[in-house]
Amino acid sequence: MKTILAISGVAVKELLRRKDAYVLLILTVLLTVLASSVHFFGDMKMVRYMKELCLLLVWASSLVIAVTLAARQIPAERESRTLFSLLAKPVSRNKLVLGKFLGCWLACGFALLALYGFFLAAALARGEHWRLVEHFQAFWLHWIMTSVVLAMVLCGSLVFTAPSSNATICLIIISGILMLGRHLGRVAAQMAEPSRIVTQTIYFAMPHLEFFDVRDLIIHDWPAVRWSVVGFASLYGAAYTTAFLGLACFLFRRKPLSA
Amino acid sequence: MRNIFHGDASQQYLGHKWLILALLATLVFSLATCLVPHFESHAPQGQSNTGPLAALLGDGRRLFANHFFVKADAYFHSGYYPSIYDNRESFQTPHIGEDSGQMEGRNTGDEHSFLGQPRDWIERFNRNFFPSEHTHLDEGGADGGGAAQVKEILPWLKISTEMDPNRVETYTVTAYWLRKRMKLVHEAEQFLRDGLRANPNNSTLQLELGRLYFEDRKDPVRARNLFEAALGNWRKENANKSESDKFLFGQITGALADLERHEGRIAQAIEYFQMLKTVSAYPDAIQKQIDELERQSNPKP
Repeated sequence: MKTILAISGVAVKELLRRKDAYVLLILTVLLTVLASSVHFFGDMKMVRYMKELCLLLVWASSLVIAVTLAARQIPAERESRTLFSLLAKPVSRNKLVLGKFLGCWLACGFALLALYGFFLAAALARGEHWRLVEHFQAFWLHWIMTSVVLAMVLCGSLVFTAPSSNATICLIIISGILMLGRHLGRVAAQMAEPSRIVTQTIYFAMPHLEFFDVRDLIIHDWPAVRWSVVGFASLYGAAYTTAFLGLACFLFRRKPLSA
Repeated sequence: MRNIFHGDASQQYLGHKWLILALLATLVFSLATCLVPHFESHAPQGQSNTGPLAALLGDGRRLFANHFFVKADAYFHSGYYPSIYDNRESFQTPHIGEDSGQMEGRNTGDEHSFLGQPRDWIERFNRNFFPSEHTHLDEGGADGGGAAQVKEILPWLKISTEMDPNRVETYTVTAYWLRKRMKLVHEAEQFLRDGLRANPNNSTLQLELGRLYFEDRKDPVRARNLFEAALGNWRKENANKSESDKFLFGQITGALADLERHEGRIAQAIEYFQMLKTVSAYPDAIQKQIDELERQSNPKP
């Protein structure tokens, strides 16, 4: 466990050192402040449009941070040849993958804390009342979704040759799931065979990342989701994270390091 | 000597590249100075083509106007709104437009259950994470927070008019919600006047402004002027059309008939009710009102 924590510490420090997370945070802040400075019919208490924009930016920023951070972990180690010295120590390949994942997940957690902290402050400044349970659920589910995304991208970094292609393909897949995942079952039902069975297989096999997206509930002040539902969604996310990490460990064990 | 020669050649190449870029920039600028006045002279009277959005998106911004209008309707339902994959029969006409009486309703089906029964456990579980109950903001919204929440639709309506200043129904629907549900009569009037500046002599906007003067400002003289102007402009707008806008004609004549009845000018009121009867879906109900007015004007001894 100590080894995994030590490796994860490096990934957290990497996020703190890199500029992209700060740039995304500043962009989120700037665009939200700009949007909330607009007056509509002299009323300054309209908050929902601002919450929608801010949450959209939070989601986009967090996805970019997670995907770019995870995509370069293993390829960067290999390119700089630090991977060989790392594996020469009593560190197994599995521990390296788990350490990298944990580091990225914790780093994304810190980034999400900053982003949701700003969102909360911006909403409260516009007259929104405290809704700590709902906001905590949104943060928690988002963080769980990030774990699935990180595991998927880590797995992808062992399949695709370049971090850029891995990041692009993963971002397209994740955006596709978030936009279409909820409707794919209905779309499949209207199709003819054999595309119907293929689409249905994809629908049931893919990780439904939209389970973790409660933005509409937050924007429109809906009550909190039941804790049992949040618990099941967390288990669902953990299952997919484990599956992707297991696959990543398997691929990494079989991968020749010199290639 | 050779290096010097190569250096000169590369500098010459770079110089040519910059010259070509400068030439292209000059061409683009010259073309813009020719084309912009041409397109501005062909734009409809009063149409504004200035502003950052127009500069950024050009005429493409009009495509987004309907999207933002529908977004306002989605906000009215606290996010409970059909996507393109759902049954949209009960949301053909945005409810904010239909409820305001500004748009002709084409909605059928049950608006409470467009989602239907869940097909599998994923769909059933998914419904915990997005709004899946029908509510209206003017009835308290999702958290029962009061009818004042209806103001949350306004930013999207305002953005919709910024995107397409010639989308007249956005002005009238917004004005209705401002004056009737939020009691912001001054803001509604200003917004309608903005609409009239962008769409001069538009009969729909004149009708709505007339309603504002009649119902909120209690100024029947100005209201009558505006309704009559609206009727005159409606006739001009529909003069050469094979299928005239009967819905708007009915609204203008109905408003005029109500105003004249309210002012005690029974003969004029009957005349307008007769005109309304020709386009109304309920001619019998209109005839009853005409009969009632005739009885008032000729009381039996």
